[in-house]
Amino acid sequence: MSRVAPGEKTLILKKLVIYALAVIVSSWILVPLALIFISAFAVPEEYYDLTRIIPTSFTLENVNALLFVLKEWKATLNSIIVALLTIAISFALGLPAGYALARYIFPGKDMFKLLIISLRMFPLMIMAIPLTILYLNLGLSDTLLGVAIAHTSLALPFVVLITSSIFVSVPVEYEEAGMIFGLTRFETFFRITLPLILPGLAAAAIFTFVMSWNEVFVASVLTLVNRTLPADILVSVLAAPDPYKFAAGFIMVLPAMIFVFIARKYLVAMWGITLR
Amino acid sequence: MKNNKTFLFFSSKIIPYILLLPTILYLLIFIGYPLIQAVIMAFQDPKTGAFSLVNFNILFEDFNFWQAIKYTFLLAAIIIPLQVLFALGVSLLLYTKFKGSNYVLYFFIIPLTISDVAASLIWYNILSGSGYLNKILITLGLIDKPIHFFGYAYKNMEILAIVITEIWRATAIVFVVLFAGLQMIGKDYIEAAEVFGASTLQKVRHVILPMLKPSLQTALIIRTLFALQVFAVVWILAGRDIPVLAGEAYYWQVEIRNPNVAAAYALFIAFFSIILGYIYLKMFKTRYLEAGTG
Repeated sequence: MSRVAPGEKTLILKKLVIYALAVIVSSWILVPLALIFISAFAVPEEYYDLTRIIPTSFTLENVNALLFVLKEWKATLNSIIVALLTIAISFALGLPAGYALARYIFPGKDMFKLLIISLRMFPLMIMAIPLTILYLNLGLSDTLLGVAIAHTSLALPFVVLITSSIFVSVPVEYEEAGMIFGLTRFETFFRITLPLILPGLAAAAIFTFVMSWNEVFVASVLTLVNRTLPADILVSVLAAPDPYKFAAGFIMVLPAMIFVFIARKYLVAMWGITLR
Repeated sequence: MKNNKTFLFFSSKIIPYILLLPTILYLLIFIGYPLIQAVIMAFQDPKTGAFSLVNFNILFEDFNFWQAIKYTFLLAAIIIPLQVLFALGVSLLLYTKFKGSNYVLYFFIIPLTISDVAASLIWYNILSGSGYLNKILITLGLIDKPIHFFGYAYKNMEILAIVITEIWRATAIVFVVLFAGLQMIGKDYIEAAEVFGASTLQKVRHVILPMLKPSLQTALIIRTLFALQVFAVVWILAGRDIPVLAGEAYYWQVEIRNPNVAAAYALFIAFFSIILGYIYLKMFKTRYLEAGTG
């Protein structure tokens, strides 16, 4: 046995194994995604043809039929509205709370933090059923605002914890300097702190959007006519032919994919914060 | 407001509470109140409104309730260990930091942003009668007739489809927690093990795994709580062929229109969540103490 370069040989072998595993792991995620994109635009006859693995003729007809024959454009629009409302409500509530956690020491702070963290762990679907009755009294039954208020409970812990960690990253000295030069507390926040934290907030907003866009149980329970897209998929699309389902899968995935691309740098850090 | 004695503001006692007030009000009205209502509804006779166990009687006499408990826990018991192993493997792979490992990281966490609804449709696309799996196997001549994954007659295959979809979709959650934990382990420990000639397996077994215990605990709790709420994947791929707790709650609420029984189901999900969370915390705590004395 040659004793010249066994170490080098095992090193190359090790590298080869690592890259093989990397390709397998990447394919495990990417191939199913690519296939739903292909099926969403494939001519249905070619999808059903068992002897043809990858369809070669493509059409917009599946997506078109989903949006305008099944009228899912309305559910899609509802989903977008609910997600935007959820961002608005959860930021309006969570931003001040995040600021308080980052900048103040006060009695009850730890208890509040614990409350927020346990909320993240709690099965929120339990709230959906009694909410239907509360909404009846509040006039929020079957409304998009009602769904957004419920989705806020998903997003709120996330927004509070993320914004507070973003605020911590802005040195207090900046704010003190602003106030020394005669700004009020409000002016300081809007003219000094806010511009510094805007990129982080944008990423948090994106995640809130995705959370709301993806949520199905609460949305299904709270709506009847004004369904969001995932809620309507459970009812109408599942009863439709397969190509409709693939088109629906494609539309469900699309915004998430765009957002991952935009916010990929923040992804791991953010999920680290929410899951810690 | 024209008060420029700025630093007094920072020590001001009321401001933090004013800032927290909107969140606290929201939590009271839209989380606290419905939570109490859920308990009341579950223990209420829907006709008279009086205290009653009638909803639980309906539950216990329903064959599907016991099936739902069975399948919810069966799915969790199959899926969670596989996810932990898979996530651990990918974490260790990406921990070696090779060229391009960041891309693999991005790819692997894509499913974090993909809903259970979309993931189910993605795998239905692959596993259906004329799906890509069957196309490939038939073209390769490995099978003559398509393999059926869906329909009441193929219950075990439905479970397999659910397991595959859940592993594809939700392993990333476990991975993010474990990978974050792994990066917090000092390189010194691993280098020390290398100096003493530890093999890769020994490093994993004796250095990495013990130090990863807190992350493993977090990942297990999060995944178990999510597993108890499993709904859309099962509903889309198997319907009520495979009853699960959240699916039955949905069924009683939306299709039978009996919110009281639905609330009882929801309470069971909460009950199991609390019990399992408690058990995990206990289990890991004692082991940690044992490790400290041993």
